[in-house]
Amino acid sequence: MTDFGDALSIPWLSLITFAPLAGALFIMLGRATAPRVDGGAIAPEALEDVDRNAKRVALLFTLGVFIISLFVYVAYYDPSLGGYQLVEESEWIAGVNYKMGVDGISVLFVLLTTFFFPICVIASWNSIKSRVADYMIAFLVMETLVIGVFCALDLIVFYLFFEGSLIPMFLVIGVWGSTGVKEFAGYRMPSRVYAAIKFFLFTFLGSVLMLVAILWMFAQTGTTDVPTLQQTAFPAGAQTWLWWAFFASFAVKMPMWPVHTWLPDAHVQAPTAGSVILAAILLKMGGYGFLRFSLPMFPIASADFAPVVFALSVIAIIYTSLVALAQEDMKKLIAYSSVAHMGFVTMGIFTGTKQGIEGALFQMVSHGFISGALFLCVGVVYDRMHTREISAYGGLVHRMPFYAFIFLFFTMGNVGLPGVSGFVGEFLTMAGAFKVNSWIAFFAAFGVILSAAYGLRLYRQVMFGELTKDALMTIPDVDARELSMLAVLMLFALYLGVYPHPALSVFSPSVDLLMNTYDAGRLIASGG
Amino acid sequence: MSVFESLSLFLPELALVLGAMGLLIYGVFDDEAGEVVSLACVGLLLAATALVALGGGVDAEAFAGAFRIDAFSQFAKALIFGAAAFAILMSNEEREGSGVRRFEYPILITLAAVGMGLMVSANDLIALYMAIETQSLALYVLAAINRDSRRSTEAGLKYFVLGALSSGLLLYGASLVYGFTGATGFEAIARVATAEGASPGLVVGLVFMICGLAFKVSAAPFHMWTPDVYEGAPTPVTAFFAAAPKLAAMALFARALVGAFPEAISDWRPVIAMLAVASMAVGSFSAIVQTNVKRLLAYSSIGHMGFALVGLAAGTERGISGVLIYMAVYIVMTIGSFACVLLMRRQGGRTENISDLAGLAETDKSLALILGILLFSLAGVPPTGGFFGKLFVFGAAVEAGLVWLAIIGVLMSAVAAFYYLRIVKIMWFDDAAPAFVSGPGVRLGLMASLCAAIMLPGLLFLIGPLEQAATSAAAALF
Repeated sequence: MTDFGDALSIPWLSLITFAPLAGALFIMLGRATAPRVDGGAIAPEALEDVDRNAKRVALLFTLGVFIISLFVYVAYYDPSLGGYQLVEESEWIAGVNYKMGVDGISVLFVLLTTFFFPICVIASWNSIKSRVADYMIAFLVMETLVIGVFCALDLIVFYLFFEGSLIPMFLVIGVWGSTGVKEFAGYRMPSRVYAAIKFFLFTFLGSVLMLVAILWMFAQTGTTDVPTLQQTAFPAGAQTWLWWAFFASFAVKMPMWPVHTWLPDAHVQAPTAGSVILAAILLKMGGYGFLRFSLPMFPIASADFAPVVFALSVIAIIYTSLVALAQEDMKKLIAYSSVAHMGFVTMGIFTGTKQGIEGALFQMVSHGFISGALFLCVGVVYDRMHTREISAYGGLVHRMPFYAFIFLFFTMGNVGLPGVSGFVGEFLTMAGAFKVNSWIAFFAAFGVILSAAYGLRLYRQVMFGELTKDALMTIPDVDARELSMLAVLMLFALYLGVYPHPALSVFSPSVDLLMNTYDAGRLIASGG
Repeated sequence: MSVFESLSLFLPELALVLGAMGLLIYGVFDDEAGEVVSLACVGLLLAATALVALGGGVDAEAFAGAFRIDAFSQFAKALIFGAAAFAILMSNEEREGSGVRRFEYPILITLAAVGMGLMVSANDLIALYMAIETQSLALYVLAAINRDSRRSTEAGLKYFVLGALSSGLLLYGASLVYGFTGATGFEAIARVATAEGASPGLVVGLVFMICGLAFKVSAAPFHMWTPDVYEGAPTPVTAFFAAAPKLAAMALFARALVGAFPEAISDWRPVIAMLAVASMAVGSFSAIVQTNVKRLLAYSSIGHMGFALVGLAAGTERGISGVLIYMAVYIVMTIGSFACVLLMRRQGGRTENISDLAGLAETDKSLALILGILLFSLAGVPPTGGFFGKLFVFGAAVEAGLVWLAIIGVLMSAVAAFYYLRIVKIMWFDDAAPAFVSGPGVRLGLMASLCAAIMLPGLLFLIGPLEQAATSAAAALF
């Protein structure tokens, strides 16, 4: 840790959180000042400038935020401490303070977020052609809200960010989603609209119950301060329904079986960058919520209902893996595989063991890199062929050797091959589960086998075989822009797979603290 | 307290009444008076708002306890007069001949505002009834102000008949309450209506009064007039109906229940809770199938009254403060949305079809953004202002032990989110319909942007002061 003076003098976390918003305002300003034709619309020549500037501003701000967040992490964050660091607090409404801070559980998610947004801007560089400025604004607003989710240390502030992040994602799916028509309840509508509304309503409905629980906790304690509430022992009876209210919200977000059905729709319809953010970041808010709120605040209920979570996790792992086997759409297959991998995360979290929780955290970070990269890979061929049907491809290895190599690497990562980061998380969560109940680990292990089945099937059908389809004869390999994004992700996945210690050592002190709270909370219950 | 001292407490209302009378005489003699009178009325209302806002900290009874001027009434009055001024400003860009350009229009709004000012300070059954009728008579005429239009006339007639019915219910209830307590003043009634002493007759009277007041706030199942009147009345009039009178009636509701029946809360709380549930359900489910934007906003306002009633059902200080915050947020959202509706102009008139909003994000980006913020706010999605309204009423309900009511409330808000999202979907996702034509003036656009800016991000910063003001206002009732 280098000393750069008093870290508290600059509100670093607020700066990181709200800097993307400044970028969005900048783009709006650029559009507002663009030359206009008589009708009030922006002149076509000027529109091109506006769009190009929007992309540059977005890239500049997301990269800048990433660099600042790295700098703050290196300079001011002490990974050997378990408690909250870089804490900021100011008064807001009576009993509710604007409070930000990070610990070992959240800090890597903040970095993961700031890392992925520039990648998303680059991934959208050529593939988004309509309303580019709006698109970039939506992404910048989303970055602010997502970073806020991981930094907020007040329940109401957390809820604001958590729910607010629905709005930009809703617009991204609905406006820039793919084409296609969906029949639902007698209405014909574009399937992206169906997916966007389903995404919003599922997650909104899941979260409103959490709001009631938050209000109840506020009524009881007079505060919504997270560290205070983590030390508050709620009566066992109240913990039960508080736990379920929080569970409803995070289980939908995660998503857990059987409330996962919004995810395949949202993933398939979202533009590539939207899928990447959804898989790499937004799903992690559910797991983060379990670790930040459910476990430390309601330890008794968490222990009581752990078997329910195990059952749902195992069903998710096996059932959605089988569903993934039957998919004809590449994105849908990866989406179902995400649900299965999140099953390992929920299983690990509720083992209540150090390995399980660290494994879950590691699995979330690793899944961020791998599934994000897989969606980028699908985006690469989708941009060229405009189809995600597995059967439309075949024999790509002959035309796209680099692409085939990259895809193979991330498929193996998704399967959980040792040496790639996916293995470490799955291994640790299963080791944790084994301590609690060997049957759970036994069934969960089927998920690893099944993931090899669907992963290799996808790879064989897309990459191997003869190159017979006329449309594929001229398909070009990955270009420098795509290669640079994917290579960075490969490096991370490989590094974490071979040498997971740096990530685990960041988690460790905070997980220890969490375990103390969790065990102490349960002891109170058993000790009476 | 002498009559003059009492009158001095009503300085804003006196200024409004005398000003309106003077302007009425002026309007009769000048054929071109419309614009001048309306600006004068706006000036009067804004001056009254300033007078109320600056003269804070009063706590006095006037006219032998018939009225009470306190932080609660001041809070409500400031909002009412401000909303009335905005409603007049909205009509100024209307075309000639729609009725709202007549010089009587701003004067009627001003007089209605006076009635509402009296309503929120009424502290006696007789004062309560007189204030309601002062307001209502002006509103009946306003609904029918476009007398050449069959829709407008029909709306006025419906409003009058159902309004008279509700006044009848209210009077009947009030007479029962008077009969069983021997008093008309709220404090005197409160002394008799204790938890043990509430006789069945008194409870019947109370329930009749609640029914009458529920008509005025258009809470289900007494909401039937709302969609018809909203749809039929000229749009600026609808905007006014949806904002200020709702706040006045809700404030009166709160003062009548908490002021006159504080001990009998176990008698009226279930009734209010049922009204809240019914209104939230009717508002949320019925709005889904609407195609006319004014009817949709009518059902939306029924739903919003249900959410506000959740705070009233709590019946605590925090609950009343929640109601005030909710109503303040609601008024701003409503004025903003109606300003957007007024901007939906097509060649040859205004359109009210939701489908005409299709693809607005492509044809008019700023209007789509403004309406989008307002709709997310109406849906109560954080971090918009509408969320804070819900936060405080549900928080109060949970604190008062009404967890079930809060759960129904949040579920209904998720249902309601669907129909607001439907409009966002039409604006942002659908293929563009022909663009709206731009009309005269920029006032509506400014008004809509101001309201949207208050909802996001304004309220994130203003919620602290608003909460403090509402808390001290609510404390005046206890």
